[in-house]
Amino acid sequence: MTWLSIIIAGILTYFTRMTMIALISRDMLGDRIKAVLTYVPSAVFPAIIFPAIFINDYEVFIEMNDPKIFGAIVAIVVGYFSKNVIATILSGLISYWIILFF
Amino acid sequence: MLSKKQLFTRGMLDVAPHMLSVIPFGIICGAIGIELGFNPYLVYGMSIVIFGGASQIVFLQLISGGASSLIAATSVGVINSRHLLYGAVLSEYLEKLSFIKKLLISYLVVDQGFAESNKFFKKNKNEQYLHYHLIGTGSTLWVCWQISTLAGIILGSFVPEELGLKFAIPLTFIAIIVQDLKKIDHVIVMLVCGISSLIFFNAPFKSYIIISPIIALFVAALILRLKK
Repeated sequence: MTWLSIIIAGILTYFTRMTMIALISRDMLGDRIKAVLTYVPSAVFPAIIFPAIFINDYEVFIEMNDPKIFGAIVAIVVGYFSKNVIATILSGLISYWIILFF
Repeated sequence: MLSKKQLFTRGMLDVAPHMLSVIPFGIICGAIGIELGFNPYLVYGMSIVIFGGASQIVFLQLISGGASSLIAATSVGVINSRHLLYGAVLSEYLEKLSFIKKLLISYLVVDQGFAESNKFFKKNKNEQYLHYHLIGTGSTLWVCWQISTLAGIILGSFVPEELGLKFAIPLTFIAIIVQDLKKIDHVIVMLVCGISSLIFFNAPFKSYIIISPIIALFVAALILRLKK
């Protein structure tokens, strides 16, 4: 079942890559749609980020002093200024572990 | 005129700096799949079938959280819809290729490869074998992605669960969008999406993952209209 959905996801993804290159002439995608598509990352990824931080494994809202909130804030600050993907992820993880284990 | 080989090599070199983020990201992707309890073959199979980092992690996270297969597959499609934009931009330079070649080269279009090849294309419009640059960036990324997810799958089986490596998922996505916090319109779109995802979190089949991007893209369209 999971394999089947991976294959469907793969086909969908391939179509997002191939449609504009091989099937449709590029003029068919209007400037407005192109402009909206540039917002896709900002419109999609917070739906992963917010629940993963604010909702715990038991589907309950976390307390404000949860180590995940601290870790996320550190990651945002480090990421914003360092512009470095690895530094962002590691700083968030390490600050989360510090609160979690000490 | 540069030869095919020269263009291919140029593509490889241009995309090389991105390995610094692609390789750790692949390792995280593989390790998280194992951490979430998936079969290693399945985790690796995704790297070939889907070949899209962020969407692979989302897929695994949704399935392990009890989402339906349909929701998980659809959200992969939504996340990867940005490729439509890349395709629209690249098609201008790939027009002369045969239909079959277009079908084959499409598989290799990913974020970092698009960014570098598009830069190169803009400056070298008249090269005859321009597409070899895209093959160079795309296949380099493909090989690195395969090796690094495999490495992550092997490492993932050694990482103890108490470490809470799952927290690397939101951090990875923070790293992807954090630079857009500089733009106020993007910040609004992010907040709309994030808050909607919390409001609709209990909607059936984890459909919050589709509902909140749709609301956020609608807001993005409104912002664009107001800007004019």
